[in-house]
Amino acid sequence: MIKWLCLLLCAFALQAAAVQVVDDRGVAVDLPQPPRRIVSMLPSLTELVCELGGCERLVGVDNYSNWPPAAQKLPRLGGLEDANIEMIVALKPDLVLLAYSSRAMARLESLGVKAMALEPKTIADLRRVWEQMGHVLGASDAQRLWDRVDAGVTAAARSLPVSLRGTTVYFEVNSGPYAASEGSFIGELLARVGGANIVPGNLGPFPKLNPEFVVRADPQVIMISDRNSQALKDRPGWDRIRAVRTGRVCMFTPEQGDVLVRPGPRMAQAARLMVDCLTGRLKETAR
Amino acid sequence: MTVSAVRSPAPLALMLLGVTALLCAGGVAVGSLGWEPLWSRAGDASAAILWDIRLPRTLGAWFAGALLGLAGAVAQGLFRNPLADPYLLGSATGAALGVAVLLVLIGVAPAAGSGWIEGLGLTGAAFAGAVAAVLVTLGLAKGVQHTLRLLLAGVVVGMVFGALAALVMFWVPDIMRAMQAFLLGTTGFLGWASVGLLATLFAISLAVAVAFSRALDALALGETTAASLGIALGPVRVVLIGVMALATGAAVAQVGLVAFIGLVAPHLVRAAVKPTHRWLLPLAALTGGVLLLAADVLARWLLAPQELPVGVLTAVLGGGYLLWLMHRRPS
Repeated sequence: MIKWLCLLLCAFALQAAAVQVVDDRGVAVDLPQPPRRIVSMLPSLTELVCELGGCERLVGVDNYSNWPPAAQKLPRLGGLEDANIEMIVALKPDLVLLAYSSRAMARLESLGVKAMALEPKTIADLRRVWEQMGHVLGASDAQRLWDRVDAGVTAAARSLPVSLRGTTVYFEVNSGPYAASEGSFIGELLARVGGANIVPGNLGPFPKLNPEFVVRADPQVIMISDRNSQALKDRPGWDRIRAVRTGRVCMFTPEQGDVLVRPGPRMAQAARLMVDCLTGRLKETAR
Repeated sequence: MTVSAVRSPAPLALMLLGVTALLCAGGVAVGSLGWEPLWSRAGDASAAILWDIRLPRTLGAWFAGALLGLAGAVAQGLFRNPLADPYLLGSATGAALGVAVLLVLIGVAPAAGSGWIEGLGLTGAAFAGAVAAVLVTLGLAKGVQHTLRLLLAGVVVGMVFGALAALVMFWVPDIMRAMQAFLLGTTGFLGWASVGLLATLFAISLAVAVAFSRALDALALGETTAASLGIALGPVRVVLIGVMALATGAAVAQVGLVAFIGLVAPHLVRAAVKPTHRWLLPLAALTGGVLLLAADVLARWLLAPQELPVGVLTAVLGGGYLLWLMHRRPS
């Protein structure tokens, strides 16, 4: 009798710990218990896991996860297209976090490894993924942590002087020129801190623009997250742009670029970087 | 335009020049908001956009296309192969590797003040890569004596340099987007300096190529016959390969790997007229210029203010037109 009761209790306990999460593919992933050995193959997810207090449960990360410092010491398991399946399996993870577009998903699942596709691309995505990860990790303070980051963004926005609100901004992710439009994560943050993006969201998140478009929109500030960017002065007609004439061009360092382009827990820091650029506190290096 | 109406080269040349003029007008009228002829609007800013951006971009695209068309005609004549194109000796993938390595170097070095790398620029790196690949091809083929050996060496160099460029991209995915822009061709940043360079090189290449057009005609009869006609094959090959490498390198460096123009331009000319190389070379250049300029105008227009990669359009335009020509002619 006592034995049966024990078993029943155990079953209940397991039931309580079991987690089911629907990932970005729409697949319901069942986890019998909160994962203890996690592999993250996307930098923003690595940052999120650590933010939610799961850093010591990470056993491996992708080649580009470089923050927080604790993640740098973990085994590197390849990139988006060249995930090292053998190494991942050898680490015996009980959960692998992958980008939606990763080709490793099918292979890992056929090898019996639990894998989840999560890829935050907007602030709303991030909020949803945040909640799901909190659920998966059993982090009871997930909501509080989100509120804190969200308040950080609001505080950054409030620190922008009223006179600078509505400053027109061109945010370049690559000298194609590809811009971050209002529809991208970067654009959403920019809108929240009070900048006016010259690239409308209906062009898609990262449209390849006709360079003439930027010259005609004549932005007051240019932000560039790509260190490989072609020098602005070499582009025909760009010396007429207000931002170039007045030197209000921010070339972010690679580390700052990582903060800005990753939809993750460093969102408030990204907002502060934008505000610093708009107010001219950031060291401006016009090329 | 109807092709069957044109049977001699001079009217075709005039027609192509006419189309060029029309497209130039179109190129100046089409901007980041689609069809928008700014000359009707007075104002300093409009004039500057016309003069600083649209005009050099239009002329630059034409000259780059013309260089590719010319290089294609030279390649097909020299190798007596209808599938030869300007990228045959490995210059395309050489340029790609040059650009990839430069992008990585810029990324590794601190962004500001990295002296000579900045000075070299993407165009310089692409040109250096293209010329280096051709030199490696010539080295592997042990000179220019054997056409087949040159072709094979070119294929090998193209493969290896392409693989190396892909490897660099794979290791440093940060450069992927920039590389993609280069691989698909881009005319967006052509300024007056580029136009001057392209125009000068075009004048030189065209003059030299036309001066050797009799040798190309003789080569069409086979190498032995050409030699018996008194053509000094060695020097002719050296000069023409030089022209090809220079023209291709310059075009690729300025507008990236624009597909198909060098291959298709000479065929389009031959479909209309059956000229000797004296006419074929300039006509192929004109056709190449028209093709790339048309592609550039459409690239700006179709999705404005977004841009299509110009290389995609050249492939669609040139390939579509060639297919149409093939099917309407009774075989």
